[in-house]
Amino acid sequence: MSREASRRGAWLAWAVQALLVLAVVAAAVWVVHHALEVLRARGVRSGFDFLTEPAGFSISEGWLDFDASQPFWRAFLAGLINTVRAAVPAAIFSVVLGTLIGIGRLAPHVLLRGICTAYVELLRNVPLLVQLLMLAFAMANLLPDPTEPVHLMLGVWLSKGGLSVPWPVAGEGGWWPTHFEWPERGDFGVSGGAALSPEYVTIVAGLSFYSAAFVAEIVRAGILSVSQGQVLAGQALGLSSGQQLRIVILPQALRVIVPSLTNQLLSLTKNSSLAVAVGYPELVSVANTTIGSNGRAFECIAIIMAIYLLLSLLISFGMNRYNARVALRGWR
Amino acid sequence: MKNRFAGFRPALLAAASVVAFASAAPAFAGKTLDAVKQRGTVKCGVTNGVAGFSAPDTQGNWSGLDVDTCRAIAAAVLGDGKKVDFVPLNSQQRFSALQAGEIDILARNTTWTLTRDASLGFNFTTITYYDGQGFLVPKKLKVTSAKQLKNATICTQSGTTNEKNVSDYFRAQGIPVKTVVFESFEASFKAFFSGRCQAFTTDASALAGLRNKEAPNPDDYIILPELISKEPLAPLVRRGDDEWFAIAKWVPNALIEAEEFGITQANADELKANSKDPAQQRLVGTGEDLGKLLGLDKDWSFRAIKAVGNYGEMFERNVGPKSVLKLPRGSNNLWSKGGLIYAPPVR
Repeated sequence: MSREASRRGAWLAWAVQALLVLAVVAAAVWVVHHALEVLRARGVRSGFDFLTEPAGFSISEGWLDFDASQPFWRAFLAGLINTVRAAVPAAIFSVVLGTLIGIGRLAPHVLLRGICTAYVELLRNVPLLVQLLMLAFAMANLLPDPTEPVHLMLGVWLSKGGLSVPWPVAGEGGWWPTHFEWPERGDFGVSGGAALSPEYVTIVAGLSFYSAAFVAEIVRAGILSVSQGQVLAGQALGLSSGQQLRIVILPQALRVIVPSLTNQLLSLTKNSSLAVAVGYPELVSVANTTIGSNGRAFECIAIIMAIYLLLSLLISFGMNRYNARVALRGWR
Repeated sequence: MKNRFAGFRPALLAAASVVAFASAAPAFAGKTLDAVKQRGTVKCGVTNGVAGFSAPDTQGNWSGLDVDTCRAIAAAVLGDGKKVDFVPLNSQQRFSALQAGEIDILARNTTWTLTRDASLGFNFTTITYYDGQGFLVPKKLKVTSAKQLKNATICTQSGTTNEKNVSDYFRAQGIPVKTVVFESFEASFKAFFSGRCQAFTTDASALAGLRNKEAPNPDDYIILPELISKEPLAPLVRRGDDEWFAIAKWVPNALIEAEEFGITQANADELKANSKDPAQQRLVGTGEDLGKLLGLDKDWSFRAIKAVGNYGEMFERNVGPKSVLKLPRGSNNLWSKGGLIYAPPVR
C-alpha cells in the first residue's frame, strides 16, 4: 500500500470512529430527553433538587454519622462510604485468602490440594446471594441473643447485636481521641464502643470467601504460567521451596495475575451492592429507601451508576499503575 | 445454525427495549379501560405476601383486602372477579411499576401521603383501610411502651413510610434507637424473630398477622399500645386517565355503600329481583343507570358485590374476626357506626 493510501485509510478509520461516537452520544441524549419528557407529561417530578432536602430516614451504622434531619446527598455519601467500608476489607481478605488457596491447589500434599480444590469448586459455583443469605441465617441462629451477650475478653462482647469492642473517642468539642469508650451491657444488649454489626460481618465475610475462590484460580494460572525452568534454576541455586515461590515464581506470576485480579476487584466492589439483601446500609440500600420515599427512581439509579463507574475507574487506575510496575518493560 | 448476528444480540435487544420504552410510553396517557378490556384482565400490583391484604396460598390463589378490591374492579369492568393478573412487587418496585404501565392499579397497602400524591404522577383512590404504625416486641423484655425502647435495635423494611416514621418518632421523643433496614419484608421480620432486633415495626394490621403466622410462639410477643402514625391505605392509579381513576374510586365506594344499605353477596340476587329501595336499586342495577357515566354497564356494582361481597364482608373475611388476623373493626367501621369508613353517595 502506498503511503498516501495508508494515510487515507487512517483518516477514514478516524472518521468512522467519530461518527460512531456521535451516534452513541446522540442516542443517549435522545433517550434521556425523551424519558424526562414522558415523566413530565405524567406529572412525575424529576430532577436532582431533592438532594438538598432532609432525608427523613436514619442510617444506623457506618463511619459517617447520619440522622434523619440531614440532607439526601449526605445519605448517599454515607452509603458510598459504607460501600467502601465493606469492599476494601473484603478485597484485602480475598486476595490474601485466595493467594493461599491458589498456592494450596498446586501443593504436593494430596489432602491440602483436595481441600483447596473443593473450596474453589464449592464457593464459585454457588451464587453469592445464596451464600450471603446462608451466612446471615447461620449468624442469626448461632450467636447468642443481644440480651445475653458472651463476654469474650475484657471489653469485647459478642451477640446477635454484633461484635462490640472498646473504641477511642474524642472528648467534648475536640477532634483527637482522649479516652476509650467501653461497651456496656444494658437492657437491650451491649451499647457503646465500636460495634461490627452482623450485617457488616456477613457482607465482608461473604464477599471475601466468594472472591477468594476466583482469586485462587487467577493465582494458580499465574504460577503455572511461569516456566518450569525457573523452578529448576531456583533448585540449582539451592533455594528452599518457600524461597523459590517467594523470590522466583510469584514475582513473575504477578504479570499474569494482576490484570485478571483487576477484573476480580471490580466485580467484588460491584457485588457489594448485594449487601442490601442482608440489611447492611450501603449505597444501593440508601438509594432504594430514597426511591421509596420520593419516587425519584431515574435520578437515584443514575447516581448509583455514576458512583459505581467512579469507583471502578479508580480501581482500574490504581491497578493499572501497579501493573505497570510489575509488567516486563519490553512488552510495551 | 449459528446466527451471524449472535454477537450483536445483547446490543440489539438493549436498543430495541430502549426504543420500545421511549416510544410506547406516551400511549399510557390514554385509555387504561380500553387496554384492560382488550387484554381481558386487570393487572393489579400487590405485595409479595402480607396476610390479610394480599398473600398467595399454597395453590397460588391470592386473597386479602387489597386482592378483593382488584377482584371487585375486574368484576365491574370485565364481568368476572377472577380476571385479575396479580403482580407481586416489593416496596421499592411498586411505584416504578405503576409509572411504567406494568400494572393498571396498585393495591399494595400503600399509605396515602402528600409527596406520593403530588410528585409521583399518581392519584390515590378510596381509603380501604385506616392503619397506624406499631411495634412488636418479645414479652421477655418486659417492655410495655415504645418510650422504653432506649438504645434498642428495631428491624424494619426499606423504602416504606414506616422507616421514616420510626426516625421521626424517636427523634421527637429524644430517645436514641438503632434501625436495621432490610430490602424485603420477609427478611426484616425473620431477622426480628431470630432475635437480631428487640422490636419490629410496621403497620399494626401487619403486626397482628405476623405474630399469628410467623412467630415461633405467638404468646411470646406483644404489640405495644402506641400507634405512632396515621397510615391511610388506598389503592392508586396513574394520573392522566380520569376515566380509569373514576372506576378505581367508585367500585370500592359502591362496596362501602352496599354495606351501608344492607346488600350482601348472599342477598344481592334477591334484592335485584325485589328491592323497592332506590338506594339499593342503584347498587344492584335496577335503578337509574350510573354505569354509563363510568364507561361501564348497568350491572357494574352488582357484579362487584356478587364477586367479593360488601366492604364489611371483605373486612370480616380477610382481616376481621373470621380471619387469622382477628382485628377489631375499630376505625374501619362504617361512619354510621362510629368508624371512619365513608363513601360519597353512589347516585
